[in-house]
Amino acid sequence: MSDEMKERIKAIAASVAFLGLFLLAWNVFVTAQNGPAADMDPELAALLGPQAKGQSALPTPGEVGAEIWSHVTNPFYDAGPNDKGIGIQLAYSIARVLTGFGLAALIAIPLGFLIGMSRLAERALNPYIQLLKPVSPLAWMPLALYTIKDSEISSIFVIFICSIWPMLLNTIFGVASVRRDYLNVARTLEVTPLRTAFRVILPAAAPTILTGMRISIGIAWLVIVAAEMLVGGTGIGYFVWNEWNNLSITGVISAIFFIGLVGMVLDLILGQAARLVAYAE
Amino acid sequence: MGALSNLYDPDEILWTGCPCGLHATIYEHKAAVEGVDARGRFYAAETTTGGARTGAAPGPMDALSDLEPPARASRDLDWKDQENVLANLATSAVMKGLFGTDMNRRNFLRAVGGTTAAAAIASILPIDKAIANIVEATGPLEKTALNVGFVPITCATPIIMAAPMGFYEKYGLDVSVIKTAGWAVSRDKSLSGEYDAAHMLTPMPLAITSGAGSAATPWTMPAVENINGQAITLAMKHLDKQDPSKWKGFTFGVPFEYSMHNFLLRYYVAEAGLDPDQDIQIRVVPPPEMVANLSAGNLDGYLSPDPFNQRAVYDGVGFIYKLTKEIWPGHPCCAFAASQKFIDETPNTFLALFKSILEATAFSSDPANRADISEAISPKNYLNQPTTVVQQVLTGRFADGLGNVRNEPDRIDFDPFPYHSFAVWILTQMKRWGYLEGDVAYSDLAEQVYLATDATAVMKDMGMSPPTSTYASYEIMGKTFDPMAPEAYVDSFAIKR
Repeated sequence: MSDEMKERIKAIAASVAFLGLFLLAWNVFVTAQNGPAADMDPELAALLGPQAKGQSALPTPGEVGAEIWSHVTNPFYDAGPNDKGIGIQLAYSIARVLTGFGLAALIAIPLGFLIGMSRLAERALNPYIQLLKPVSPLAWMPLALYTIKDSEISSIFVIFICSIWPMLLNTIFGVASVRRDYLNVARTLEVTPLRTAFRVILPAAAPTILTGMRISIGIAWLVIVAAEMLVGGTGIGYFVWNEWNNLSITGVISAIFFIGLVGMVLDLILGQAARLVAYAE
Repeated sequence: MGALSNLYDPDEILWTGCPCGLHATIYEHKAAVEGVDARGRFYAAETTTGGARTGAAPGPMDALSDLEPPARASRDLDWKDQENVLANLATSAVMKGLFGTDMNRRNFLRAVGGTTAAAAIASILPIDKAIANIVEATGPLEKTALNVGFVPITCATPIIMAAPMGFYEKYGLDVSVIKTAGWAVSRDKSLSGEYDAAHMLTPMPLAITSGAGSAATPWTMPAVENINGQAITLAMKHLDKQDPSKWKGFTFGVPFEYSMHNFLLRYYVAEAGLDPDQDIQIRVVPPPEMVANLSAGNLDGYLSPDPFNQRAVYDGVGFIYKLTKEIWPGHPCCAFAASQKFIDETPNTFLALFKSILEATAFSSDPANRADISEAISPKNYLNQPTTVVQQVLTGRFADGLGNVRNEPDRIDFDPFPYHSFAVWILTQMKRWGYLEGDVAYSDLAEQVYLATDATAVMKDMGMSPPTSTYASYEIMGKTFDPMAPEAYVDSFAIKR
């Protein structure tokens, strides 16, 4: 067995041990809070919840595990407009994120390309981009709802507006910092400007652009949950809100698990894409 | 109403109105026969003080429950069996034309027997055609797929339960009831046309129409949903402060600015000598977050819709200090609201929706149905609450968090009639607390937004008994409200803006 393999196995073992410790601590913490069952009139006891009878408000890891399992085994049920399986809710959210993100990419990358190729444009537009970039995407929500008058398009707009800035800035930066040598070589060979853009600048700037896209999709996935909690209807954000509405901590924790999982997968996909365009100088 | 009854059963009482034909209404009939108070519930509420709503006096909705006591096996048809229900309604109408009064019909059926009567009536009157006419008389629906928004609280019971229990379907509508996170979103989605109609708070259509808090858009409120049904909940640590004069410095939650909750809380603390804007802090908190805020100590209490008062008790974080019916017995709370545009553009659809809501409200009003309704609206698709919590709210047999089990059958009730005087009272409070400035055209606005006149006509048409006047005066914590003198009422308060 090579040293590399040994290192990997050690890392996996450590990961599992961390998880085990965490779950154990969680379980101990919750069960320690459970007081003795209060002596209560059975008629009254039937009207009260477990918490009023001394149980902890937090679920044990086992309860959360069972909840997650129930979602995994039945992800696509549809029991009416307000109760759909987690698979359907995630699909709604992913579709919204991809639409908003895709539109943003369609605009940000060409625009960033143009701005990046001109020092003047970069300097002229930079203040506006810097001003709009730090605005919390949810601050756009009331404005979007009021002007667009459609909650579906509004949430896509919010995704769009929050994912456009990292892509735009990274594209500008990537294009502007392509090495002069490459451009000079292209010029000596009398390559047309269009050909230079596609054959020289684009491959050179691609890793930076993809880093921007990776940041963007992460932000978009963060924002969709908040946006859907606000406007409701469908999506994983609505799912969290619905569980919260029932004060079901178990439901909220299992939803957090799924949100994290999807976020990780989205990031992995763009990470793989970034590898494809990476190059060594 | 006869929609579900066996019309050929001589022992069945079918029609509202007087069964013997000698009296104008069933109340007068009852008054004559049983000697009970013939006046409706609001007439009782007007004149009595405190919590007294004379128990024996029948209200406009009680007639239905009198006629269809669920204990008797009169449910020959299922609510969801739309065609047969319509057929039965049509037959009922034909028989009413033939016999005039229920007494005549029952005597006739007793004499000849149900089957013979059915054949005889069918031979002289083509009931099939009559049925077709009734279906057509409602006019073709401009559209059948509707979105109706609701906030997941028990006030919305009729709007919600009409979906699982088939009341929308019965009127040919395919309604999706869409859960909404809060009233601001509900208002915005209604304004944008995503919702055809929505569950709102009774002050909201007035606020939207007069442009308070949003762009002014003509809005209407065809029906009230529930009366009573709210409560003041205090955190467990305030067990020793069950007196509003000790509440200085408290932070209270209300679900929305333009809500009965806000106005009732302000009224209640002001009567105790506290200025609601200076001595306490009132914060708008979405109902689901109230319980968590109460247990975290961010709120000292709240006046909120159920099930969140009961939920605080269920989770052991608060106790029910006062039901709002103890502040103003019979106060309105939530409403069924639609834009003027929806009514103008799709009048037949609106009428069908209105009728299904009225019928669902009547059904919800009957205490005998409350347990079934709790079952129907508790799942995730609707309220998403433990059934015991919802059931305690709807049946009025509940744990108050102080170790008692209380029995208050009228903790929440459902009565659709949108009294203009309700609107006037709300406007006086909006004026009192500075939500409205300048001159307020109290009754003009009330009559434009609250469709009491239309409700009267539709309710009569459906065989219900609406009250005769759209204005009533109320007594709230010992102070009389006269809807004809709103400005003087506002001026009479010591604490105001």
